[in-house]
Amino acid sequence: MAISAPIAAVRTRAVLTPPYDTPVRLVAIGLAAGVFSALFGVGGGIVAVPLLILLTHLPERMATATSLGAIGITAFAGVIAYAARGEVEVGYAALVGLPAAAGALMGTSLQQRITTSMLTYGFALLLTGVGVRLLWP
Amino acid sequence: MSASTIALALALGLATGVLSGLFGVGGGILFVPILLALGLGQLEAQATSLLAILPTVAAGAWNQRRYGNLRVRTAVIVGLASVLGVEIGARIATALPEDTLRRLFAVLLFAVAAQLVWRTVRARPRYPDLP
Repeated sequence: MAISAPIAAVRTRAVLTPPYDTPVRLVAIGLAAGVFSALFGVGGGIVAVPLLILLTHLPERMATATSLGAIGITAFAGVIAYAARGEVEVGYAALVGLPAAAGALMGTSLQQRITTSMLTYGFALLLTGVGVRLLWP
Repeated sequence: MSASTIALALALGLATGVLSGLFGVGGGILFVPILLALGLGQLEAQATSLLAILPTVAAGAWNQRRYGNLRVRTAVIVGLASVLGVEIGARIATALPEDTLRRLFAVLLFAVAAQLVWRTVRARPRYPDLP
């Protein structure tokens, strides 16, 4: 007890007042996530979440939520950058994007109720299959 | 766009949302292949995917803010810095041949699949009988 108490105190302080989220680190994370996002047409969370955890020591749940907020700005900037180049198909985006927002609500609440580990392997397999199709169309 | 294409797009969009909510991945990873299947080119698919993810991201971010998980200052700084990165990324993507871009995207899919498996293996409880 006498030994563990000070350690717990140090850990708590590190989480509550992170001295790590300096502007330089946050800008570096944003730059990396932005390049990745526009290069692949994805949000960039796959880059931003691990970097936020690693560099700013945010807990995983907070890093995921904070990345989601940043992605809102990133994707918006991406839309403008690509719209200026005439590449954005607004009709198609609405057709898949609007039902997806409803689906995400269902998926998130479903996640609380079912065990997903077997499903996750299935999903990973699906992604791999799509990747193979893209490599050898 | 034919009626069957529209129906297919709506169904795939709904499925994408369910999967991304279920597995915690962004929608973009699925939107791009779906938009390719619907007949868009690689660059168009990527650009359109960025617009398609906005409704889901906005709803998700709003939800997380209510739960108090979203650190607004951090998100705004990261997001604003990403604007410069986005311009760089868009220039690279536009300069690359679409075939190369598609192959790079395939590699990204493998990486995400591997990361999902890794996360699941690591998170599985070692002693599932314990409360």
